[in-house]
Amino acid sequence: MKTSNNILKDIYRDTAVLLIVVIIASGLLVTNPLKTEPVLSIFWNYLIEMMFILPAVMVIMGIFAVFVPDAMIEKYLGKYSGIKGMFTALFIGSLPTGPLYIAFPIASQLIEKGARVSCIIVFLSAWACLKIPQEMMEFQFLGGKFMLLRLFFTVMLVTLMGILIEKILQKKQ
Amino acid sequence: MNITAIIINVIALAAILVAFKKDRELGIQSLKIAARSFIKILPMTLIIILLIGLLLGFIPPEQISRFVGEQSGFGGILLVGIVGAIMHIPAILSFPLAASFLESGASITAVAAFITTLTMIGTITLPLEIKELGKEIALLRNGMSFIIAIVIALMVGASMETIL
Repeated sequence: MKTSNNILKDIYRDTAVLLIVVIIASGLLVTNPLKTEPVLSIFWNYLIEMMFILPAVMVIMGIFAVFVPDAMIEKYLGKYSGIKGMFTALFIGSLPTGPLYIAFPIASQLIEKGARVSCIIVFLSAWACLKIPQEMMEFQFLGGKFMLLRLFFTVMLVTLMGILIEKILQKKQ
Repeated sequence: MNITAIIINVIALAAILVAFKKDRELGIQSLKIAARSFIKILPMTLIIILLIGLLLGFIPPEQISRFVGEQSGFGGILLVGIVGAIMHIPAILSFPLAASFLESGASITAVAAFITTLTMIGTITLPLEIKELGKEIALLRNGMSFIIAIVIALMVGASMETIL
Protein backbone atom coordinates (compact mmCIF):
# COMPACT_ATOMS: atom_id res chain seq x y z
CA MET A 1 0.00 0.00 0.00
CA LYS A 2 1.30 3.44 -0.84
CA THR A 3 1.61 5.89 2.02
CA SER A 4 -0.01 9.32 1.78
CA ASN A 5 3.48 10.83 1.60
CA ASN A 6 4.20 8.89 -1.57
CA ILE A 7 0.87 9.95 -3.07
CA LEU A 8 1.72 13.59 -2.38
CA LYS A 9 5.07 13.07 -4.06
CA ASP A 10 3.32 11.61 -7.12
CA ILE A 11 0.97 14.58 -7.30
CA TYR A 12 3.87 17.06 -7.04
CA ARG A 13 5.80 15.22 -9.75
CA ASP A 14 2.79 15.09 -12.10
CA THR A 15 2.01 18.75 -11.45
CA ALA A 16 5.61 19.69 -12.27
CA VAL A 17 5.38 17.76 -15.53
CA LEU A 18 2.03 19.44 -16.23
CA LEU A 19 3.65 22.87 -15.77
CA ILE A 20 6.41 21.97 -18.21
CA VAL A 21 3.85 20.74 -20.76
CA VAL A 22 1.80 23.94 -20.30
CA ILE A 23 4.91 26.08 -20.86
CA ILE A 24 5.87 24.13 -24.00
CA ALA A 25 2.30 24.29 -25.28
CA SER A 26 2.07 28.04 -24.66
CA GLY A 27 5.35 28.55 -26.49
CA LEU A 28 4.13 26.53 -29.46
CA LEU A 29 0.79 28.35 -29.58
CA VAL A 30 2.34 31.82 -29.28
CA THR A 31 4.70 31.10 -32.18
CA ASN A 32 1.92 29.47 -34.23
CA PRO A 33 -1.14 31.65 -33.58
CA LEU A 34 -3.10 29.92 -36.35
CA LYS A 35 -3.00 26.66 -34.35
CA THR A 36 -4.32 28.22 -31.13
CA GLU A 37 -7.99 27.89 -32.03
CA PRO A 38 -7.96 24.19 -33.10
CA VAL A 39 -5.67 23.07 -30.23
CA LEU A 40 -7.76 24.82 -27.57
CA SER A 41 -11.04 23.58 -28.99
CA ILE A 42 -9.74 19.97 -29.05
CA PHE A 43 -8.47 20.49 -25.48
CA TRP A 44 -11.88 21.74 -24.27
CA ASN A 45 -13.81 18.96 -26.02
CA TYR A 46 -11.68 16.23 -24.46
CA LEU A 47 -11.62 18.01 -21.09
CA ILE A 48 -15.41 18.27 -20.92
CA GLU A 49 -15.80 14.63 -21.92
CA MET A 50 -13.31 13.51 -19.27
CA MET A 51 -14.81 15.66 -16.52
CA PHE A 52 -18.23 14.11 -17.07
CA ILE A 53 -16.85 10.61 -16.65
CA LEU A 54 -13.78 10.65 -14.40
CA PRO A 55 -15.50 11.67 -11.11
CA ALA A 56 -18.12 8.93 -11.55
CA VAL A 57 -15.42 6.34 -12.29
CA MET A 58 -13.51 7.41 -9.16
CA VAL A 59 -16.67 7.17 -7.03
CA ILE A 60 -17.38 3.63 -8.24
CA MET A 61 -13.78 2.57 -7.51
CA GLY A 62 -13.78 4.31 -4.11
CA ILE A 63 -16.97 2.61 -2.96
CA PHE A 64 -15.65 -0.71 -4.16
CA ALA A 65 -12.32 -0.28 -2.37
CA VAL A 66 -14.07 0.33 0.95
CA PHE A 67 -16.87 -2.24 0.76
CA VAL A 68 -14.88 -5.09 -0.81
CA PRO A 69 -11.49 -5.36 0.92
CA ASP A 70 -8.53 -7.24 -0.60
CA ALA A 71 -8.91 -10.06 1.93
CA MET A 72 -12.37 -10.83 0.55
CA ILE A 73 -11.03 -10.98 -3.02
CA GLU A 74 -8.30 -13.35 -1.88
CA LYS A 75 -10.80 -15.60 -0.13
CA TYR A 76 -13.02 -16.00 -3.20
CA LEU A 77 -10.13 -16.49 -5.60
CA GLY A 78 -8.61 -19.23 -3.48
CA LYS A 79 -11.92 -21.07 -3.27
CA TYR A 80 -12.25 -22.50 -6.78
CA SER A 81 -9.97 -24.40 -9.12
CA GLY A 82 -10.02 -25.62 -12.75
CA ILE A 83 -12.44 -23.98 -15.17
CA LYS A 84 -14.45 -22.56 -12.31
CA GLY A 85 -11.24 -21.00 -11.01
CA MET A 86 -10.55 -19.45 -14.42
CA PHE A 87 -14.00 -17.85 -14.53
CA THR A 88 -13.70 -16.63 -10.95
CA ALA A 89 -10.31 -15.11 -11.83
CA LEU A 90 -11.79 -13.38 -14.87
CA PHE A 91 -14.77 -12.11 -12.92
CA ILE A 92 -12.82 -10.83 -9.90
CA GLY A 93 -10.21 -9.26 -12.13
CA SER A 94 -12.93 -7.25 -13.87
CA LEU A 95 -14.17 -5.65 -10.63
CA PRO A 96 -13.48 -1.93 -10.19
CA THR A 97 -10.27 -2.17 -8.17
CA GLY A 98 -7.03 -0.19 -8.36
CA PRO A 99 -3.95 -0.37 -10.63
CA LEU A 100 -2.14 -3.61 -11.48
CA TYR A 101 0.65 -3.32 -8.90
CA ILE A 102 -1.95 -3.69 -6.16
CA ALA A 103 -2.76 -7.15 -7.53
CA PHE A 104 0.85 -8.44 -7.23
CA PRO A 105 0.81 -9.01 -3.46
CA ILE A 106 -2.64 -10.61 -3.71
CA ALA A 107 -1.36 -12.94 -6.43
CA SER A 108 1.73 -13.74 -4.40
CA GLN A 109 -0.41 -14.71 -1.39
CA LEU A 110 -2.53 -16.93 -3.61
CA ILE A 111 0.51 -18.73 -5.04
CA GLU A 112 1.74 -19.41 -1.53
CA LYS A 113 -1.65 -20.88 -0.73
CA GLY A 114 -1.31 -23.24 -3.67
CA ALA A 115 -3.37 -21.55 -6.39
CA ARG A 116 -2.63 -22.68 -9.96
CA VAL A 117 -0.27 -20.51 -12.00
CA SER A 118 -2.71 -20.46 -14.93
CA CYS A 119 -5.42 -18.96 -12.72
CA ILE A 120 -3.02 -16.37 -11.33
CA ILE A 121 -1.96 -15.29 -14.83
CA VAL A 122 -5.60 -15.00 -15.93
CA PHE A 123 -6.39 -13.09 -12.74
CA LEU A 124 -3.54 -10.60 -13.29
CA SER A 125 -4.41 -10.13 -16.97
CA ALA A 126 -8.09 -9.60 -16.21
CA TRP A 127 -7.12 -7.13 -13.49
CA ALA A 128 -4.97 -5.29 -16.03
CA CYS A 129 -7.35 -5.08 -18.96
CA LEU A 130 -10.90 -6.18 -18.16
CA LYS A 131 -11.80 -3.66 -15.46
CA ILE A 132 -15.38 -2.42 -15.65
CA PRO A 133 -14.66 1.35 -15.16
CA GLN A 134 -11.84 1.04 -17.69
CA GLU A 135 -14.21 -0.58 -20.17
CA MET A 136 -16.73 2.25 -19.69
CA MET A 137 -13.99 4.59 -20.89
CA GLU A 138 -13.14 2.31 -23.81
CA PHE A 139 -16.82 2.19 -24.80
CA GLN A 140 -17.06 5.97 -24.57
CA PHE A 141 -13.95 6.79 -26.56
CA LEU A 142 -13.52 3.89 -28.98
CA GLY A 143 -17.01 2.44 -29.38
CA GLY A 144 -18.76 -0.81 -28.52
CA LYS A 145 -17.62 -2.86 -31.50
CA PHE A 146 -13.92 -2.20 -30.93
CA MET A 147 -14.32 -2.84 -27.19
CA LEU A 148 -16.18 -6.15 -27.60
CA LEU A 149 -13.77 -7.48 -30.24
CA ARG A 150 -10.72 -6.54 -28.20
CA LEU A 151 -12.17 -8.05 -25.01
CA PHE A 152 -13.20 -11.25 -26.78
CA PHE A 153 -9.74 -11.89 -28.25
CA THR A 154 -8.06 -10.81 -25.01
CA VAL A 155 -10.00 -13.33 -22.89
CA MET A 156 -9.20 -16.13 -25.37
CA LEU A 157 -5.48 -15.41 -25.62
CA VAL A 158 -4.97 -14.60 -21.96
CA THR A 159 -6.45 -17.96 -20.98
CA LEU A 160 -4.14 -19.66 -23.46
CA MET A 161 -1.16 -17.74 -22.10
CA GLY A 162 -2.03 -18.79 -18.54
CA ILE A 163 -2.12 -22.46 -19.49
CA LEU A 164 1.11 -22.14 -21.49
CA ILE A 165 3.05 -20.40 -18.70
CA GLU A 166 1.88 -23.06 -16.25
CA LYS A 167 3.12 -25.80 -18.61
CA ILE A 168 6.50 -24.08 -19.06
CA LEU A 169 7.01 -23.75 -15.30
CA GLN A 170 5.97 -27.38 -14.70
CA LYS A 171 8.45 -28.61 -17.29
CA LYS A 172 11.27 -26.70 -15.65
CA GLN A 173 10.67 -28.21 -12.24
CA MET B 1 -23.07 14.79 -22.66
CA ASN B 2 -23.76 11.46 -24.34
CA ILE B 3 -25.56 8.32 -23.21
CA THR B 4 -22.48 6.45 -21.97
CA ALA B 5 -21.51 9.34 -19.71
CA ILE B 6 -25.05 9.54 -18.34
CA ILE B 7 -25.16 5.79 -17.65
CA ILE B 8 -21.82 5.86 -15.82
CA ASN B 9 -23.02 8.76 -13.66
CA VAL B 10 -26.33 7.02 -12.90
CA ILE B 11 -24.42 3.89 -11.83
CA ALA B 12 -22.15 6.01 -9.61
CA LEU B 13 -25.13 7.77 -8.01
CA ALA B 14 -26.91 4.47 -7.40
CA ALA B 15 -23.73 3.07 -5.85
CA ILE B 16 -23.51 6.10 -3.52
CA LEU B 17 -27.15 5.63 -2.41
CA VAL B 18 -26.68 1.91 -1.73
CA ALA B 19 -23.37 2.54 0.07
CA PHE B 20 -24.86 5.20 2.36
CA LYS B 21 -27.89 3.06 3.11
CA LYS B 22 -25.65 0.16 4.11
CA ASP B 23 -23.18 2.12 6.23
CA ARG B 24 -22.99 5.91 6.43
CA GLU B 25 -19.47 5.94 7.84
CA LEU B 26 -18.07 3.65 5.14
CA GLY B 27 -19.98 5.64 2.53
CA ILE B 28 -18.28 8.86 3.59
CA GLN B 29 -14.95 7.05 3.67
CA SER B 30 -15.36 5.81 0.09
CA LEU B 31 -16.26 9.28 -1.17
CA LYS B 32 -13.11 10.59 0.50
CA ILE B 33 -11.06 7.92 -1.28
CA ALA B 34 -12.79 8.84 -4.57
CA ALA B 35 -11.98 12.54 -4.08
CA ARG B 36 -8.37 11.71 -3.27
CA SER B 37 -7.96 9.48 -6.34
CA PHE B 38 -9.57 12.16 -8.49
CA ILE B 39 -7.10 14.79 -7.28
CA LYS B 40 -4.28 12.31 -7.77
CA ILE B 41 -5.18 11.55 -11.38
CA LEU B 42 -6.08 15.15 -12.31
CA PRO B 43 -2.60 16.50 -13.27
CA MET B 44 -1.90 13.43 -15.44
CA THR B 45 -5.34 13.80 -17.05
CA LEU B 46 -4.62 17.43 -17.95
CA ILE B 47 -1.21 16.46 -19.33
CA ILE B 48 -2.74 13.80 -21.57
CA ILE B 49 -5.55 16.08 -22.80
CA LEU B 50 -3.08 18.87 -23.53
CA LEU B 51 -0.85 16.46 -25.46
CA ILE B 52 -3.91 15.25 -27.40
CA GLY B 53 -4.69 18.87 -28.32
CA LEU B 54 -1.11 19.47 -29.51
CA LEU B 55 -0.99 16.14 -31.36
CA LEU B 56 -4.22 16.71 -33.27
CA GLY B 57 -3.57 20.42 -33.78
CA PHE B 58 0.04 20.31 -34.92
CA ILE B 59 0.88 16.99 -36.49
CA PRO B 60 -0.88 16.42 -39.80
CA PRO B 61 -2.72 13.07 -40.04
CA GLU B 62 -0.61 12.04 -43.05
CA GLN B 63 2.49 12.22 -40.86
CA ILE B 64 1.03 10.02 -38.14
CA SER B 65 -0.47 7.54 -40.53
CA ARG B 66 2.89 7.13 -42.25
CA PHE B 67 4.28 5.73 -38.99
CA VAL B 68 1.28 3.97 -37.49
CA GLY B 69 -1.41 4.02 -40.19
CA GLU B 70 -2.68 1.29 -42.50
CA GLN B 71 0.32 1.50 -44.82
CA SER B 72 2.96 1.41 -42.07
CA GLY B 73 2.58 -2.36 -41.77
CA PHE B 74 3.87 -4.66 -39.06
CA GLY B 75 6.76 -2.39 -38.04
CA GLY B 76 4.37 0.41 -37.10
CA ILE B 77 2.30 -1.95 -34.95
CA LEU B 78 5.41 -3.24 -33.14
CA LEU B 79 6.55 0.34 -32.54
CA VAL B 80 3.23 1.38 -30.98
CA GLY B 81 3.20 -1.83 -28.93
CA ILE B 82 6.64 -1.02 -27.50
CA VAL B 83 5.61 2.56 -26.72
CA GLY B 84 2.52 1.23 -24.91
CA ALA B 85 4.61 -1.25 -22.93
CA ILE B 86 7.02 1.43 -21.73
CA MET B 87 4.49 4.20 -21.04
CA HIS B 88 3.30 4.42 -17.47
CA ILE B 89 -0.07 6.16 -17.35
CA PRO B 90 -3.32 5.06 -15.69
CA ALA B 91 -5.18 2.63 -17.95
CA ILE B 92 -8.33 4.74 -18.04
CA LEU B 93 -6.36 7.58 -19.63
CA SER B 94 -5.13 5.33 -22.44
CA PHE B 95 -8.56 5.37 -24.11
CA PRO B 96 -8.91 9.11 -24.84
CA LEU B 97 -5.28 9.06 -25.97
CA ALA B 98 -5.96 6.08 -28.25
CA ALA B 99 -9.07 7.81 -29.63
CA SER B 100 -6.93 10.82 -30.58
CA PHE B 101 -4.43 8.52 -32.36
CA LEU B 102 -7.32 7.05 -34.31
CA GLU B 103 -8.63 10.51 -35.16
CA SER B 104 -5.23 11.50 -36.45
CA GLY B 105 -4.79 8.60 -38.82
CA ALA B 106 -3.47 5.64 -36.82
CA SER B 107 -4.83 2.24 -37.81
CA ILE B 108 -7.29 0.23 -35.67
CA THR B 109 -4.63 -2.47 -35.27
CA ALA B 110 -2.04 -0.01 -33.99
CA VAL B 111 -4.51 1.48 -31.50
CA ALA B 112 -5.51 -1.97 -30.23
CA ALA B 113 -1.82 -2.86 -29.80
CA PHE B 114 -1.20 0.36 -27.88
CA ILE B 115 -4.09 -0.16 -25.43
CA THR B 116 -3.34 -3.84 -24.88
CA THR B 117 0.39 -3.48 -24.19
CA LEU B 118 -0.21 -0.36 -22.09
CA THR B 119 -2.68 -2.11 -19.79
CA MET B 120 -1.10 -5.57 -19.60
CA ILE B 121 2.62 -4.81 -19.46
CA GLY B 122 4.27 -2.81 -16.72
CA THR B 123 7.91 -2.02 -17.42
CA ILE B 124 8.21 0.40 -14.49
CA THR B 125 6.42 -1.92 -12.08
CA LEU B 126 8.44 -4.96 -13.26
CA PRO B 127 10.87 -4.89 -10.30
CA LEU B 128 7.89 -4.97 -7.94
CA GLU B 129 6.31 -7.82 -9.88
CA ILE B 130 9.58 -9.80 -9.76
CA LYS B 131 9.80 -9.24 -6.01
CA GLU B 132 6.25 -10.45 -5.39
CA LEU B 133 5.90 -13.25 -7.94
CA GLY B 134 9.47 -14.26 -8.78
CA LYS B 135 11.58 -13.69 -11.87
CA GLU B 136 10.16 -16.57 -13.90
CA ILE B 137 6.47 -15.71 -13.66
CA ALA B 138 7.02 -11.95 -13.99
CA LEU B 139 9.26 -12.17 -17.08
CA LEU B 140 7.15 -14.87 -18.74
CA ARG B 141 3.97 -12.89 -18.11
CA ASN B 142 5.29 -9.60 -19.46
CA GLY B 143 7.12 -11.18 -22.40
CA MET B 144 4.23 -13.35 -23.52
CA SER B 145 1.77 -10.52 -22.92
CA PHE B 146 3.65 -8.51 -25.52
CA ILE B 147 3.37 -11.30 -28.07
CA ILE B 148 -0.33 -11.93 -27.45
CA ALA B 149 -1.02 -8.17 -27.43
CA ILE B 150 0.30 -7.98 -30.99
CA VAL B 151 -1.79 -11.04 -31.96
CA ILE B 152 -4.90 -9.52 -30.32
CA ALA B 153 -4.29 -6.26 -32.17
CA LEU B 154 -3.97 -8.02 -35.54
CA MET B 155 -7.16 -9.99 -34.85
CA VAL B 156 -9.10 -6.87 -33.81
CA GLY B 157 -7.84 -5.00 -36.85
CA ALA B 158 -8.78 -7.82 -39.22
CA SER B 159 -12.26 -8.39 -37.74
CA MET B 160 -13.19 -4.70 -37.45
CA GLU B 161 -13.22 -4.65 -41.24
CA THR B 162 -14.92 -7.96 -41.89
CA ILE B 163 -17.55 -8.24 -39.14
CA LEU B 164 -20.63 -6.07 -39.81
